[in-house]
Amino acid sequence: MGKLFKIALRNLRRYKRRTALTVSLIAFGVIFVLVFVAITGSFKQLMITQITDSYLGNLQIHRRGYVASIDNLPLSLNLTPAQVSVVEKALDGIQEIEARSERIKFGALFSTFAETSNIRINGVYPEKEFAACPRMPSRIVQGEKGVSALQRGKILVPELLARGFKTKIGDTVVVVATNKDGSVNGKTFLVSGILESATGPGGRDGYIHFEDAMEILRLQGKEVSEIAVRVKSLGRVGETAQNIRARLDGEGQKQGKSGFEIHTWAQLSPFANIANMIDLMTFFIKLMLIAIVLISILNVMIMAVYERVREIGTIAAIGTSPRKILSLFLVEGFCLGLTGAVAGVLLALGIIVALNLSKLSFSFGQATGLILAPTIAPLEVLTASVMVIVVSVLASLQPAYKASRMEPIDALRHV
Amino acid sequence: MTKHMSLITAKNLSKTYATDSVEVKALQEVSFEIKAGSFLTFVGPSGSGKTTLLNLIGCLDKPSGGILEVAGADVIRLDRRVAAAFRGENIGFVFQSFNLMPVLTAFENVEYPLVMVQNLPAGERRARVLELLDAVAMSDQKDKLPDQLSGGQKQRIAIARALVTRPKLVLADEPTANLDHETAYTIIRLMKKMRDDLNTTFIFSTHDTRIIGEAEIICTLEDGKLIRCEGTHG
Repeated sequence: MGKLFKIALRNLRRYKRRTALTVSLIAFGVIFVLVFVAITGSFKQLMITQITDSYLGNLQIHRRGYVASIDNLPLSLNLTPAQVSVVEKALDGIQEIEARSERIKFGALFSTFAETSNIRINGVYPEKEFAACPRMPSRIVQGEKGVSALQRGKILVPELLARGFKTKIGDTVVVVATNKDGSVNGKTFLVSGILESATGPGGRDGYIHFEDAMEILRLQGKEVSEIAVRVKSLGRVGETAQNIRARLDGEGQKQGKSGFEIHTWAQLSPFANIANMIDLMTFFIKLMLIAIVLISILNVMIMAVYERVREIGTIAAIGTSPRKILSLFLVEGFCLGLTGAVAGVLLALGIIVALNLSKLSFSFGQATGLILAPTIAPLEVLTASVMVIVVSVLASLQPAYKASRMEPIDALRHV
Repeated sequence: MTKHMSLITAKNLSKTYATDSVEVKALQEVSFEIKAGSFLTFVGPSGSGKTTLLNLIGCLDKPSGGILEVAGADVIRLDRRVAAAFRGENIGFVFQSFNLMPVLTAFENVEYPLVMVQNLPAGERRARVLELLDAVAMSDQKDKLPDQLSGGQKQRIAIARALVTRPKLVLADEPTANLDHETAYTIIRLMKKMRDDLNTTFIFSTHDTRIIGEAEIICTLEDGKLIRCEGTHG
């Protein structure tokens, strides 16, 4: 086998310019794929973290039917205290869960006494909310940043309303809401902070303490609109969701269906579509790499066989088996692919390091100054390299087979 | 195999090439026996069938009719893979254009059949290659690539490559055609010496009248027919 490699490498060195060109082409393809995967992967990860850690959580649990009506924030579809207890019991036994936050959400009127507008109120336990969404404090652009911003009697006002109503920290405002019995109730709050939107300029989400929300809605028990869950490994969020589903399966059943719905962030956020588009683009970029490798190796190996017909005839005449001749050309293709892959990986890693050092920043939605920190998983590098090498060998197969099937007498006559 | 036993037997051997509507009879009803250890040449003008006959004996081509036995094997029945193995074990080739692998040194060219065909261990390979390079007086050139060697030197390496597998038979098609007279003569003498030393049968074709006399048996072909064989072991 060592001799086969030696002969293959020397044959590649024989046509230096052609070999260098082919290796460069493959390396360029590998660089393009790896850098693209690193940048888009980093962008995707950054955005997912931004969304899940700022307000969404990694997954959410609702009463069945709530998500379908989420725009109306229906109080009638809140989890009942008994259901909340069932869910909490199920979640307590799952090691993968890092934190959870119960939320009660409702539509309300926001009044500064001079002006009134509508607002979406999120009643939360601040410690739990900040644990489930650790980037939440970074959204508070003015005022108190810690859990004290959401002590009872305080409100975090969305930037949109604060700007429109010229609301300042320390102002008193009123939140008025209709409870599920149809009666109206209100409560005054002290503005503790201004909250920037996580998704765009139109955000109207304000935050108050969970018990203040219960008071406004005159709830007798702990009713919950949703439970946001933070998992230890975002990559395994699907498995965790499945685990929760399995534990809640059969609980609170209606017509044979579970009374609960569990959605991962991807099922709740429109950004999941962008993430899917990025994955699709990555897939097509990889297809392009395959095409580049396939065409360049096929071309160079066809040329190699065509130029060495007499040599093939000679080695066949002196007794080299067709299998060995096949191997000789396959090894040549393998070496080309391997060299291109190694060169491409090394250069791509260099570019990724350089991009990290240059600390490129970008904006997404309301978030500005996000630093692009491209990283690439070893598995991605391995996959791209193996793909290039396998395609190189496959591309060499046809010319190698042709060489192995040559009749020595015909090959020796070739001019 | 001892000297003077029959190594090759051909009976009514014929070869016809069909190109479109034209049939060319390259060999017609050729019969002969060649004994082991012979130093034989096929002579004749271009198109007389010398190369065709060598190709048939070398299992590179199949006859259209007749019987051909080489080293006791009915070579007509060998399939591609078995024929390759048979050639690797029993037949060495020397080509008119030397046909050395340009990317391998002289040593590696001679070593090639032992690696790729016979798969011998490295130590044994090295010993055999050095022995043959010494025999063809090319030991001092062993690390040179073919394009650093003269025509005569290349042909010496080709002879060493043909003999390194210890074949029963070496076939050389016009081995001196690309060499000047003095070198051609030296090469033929070298082949003869190797026959004497190793008892390997040498069959070569030529139309170079200056070296024909070096052969012990001279077989003349004309228009695909074997006209006569003359010589000491014929």
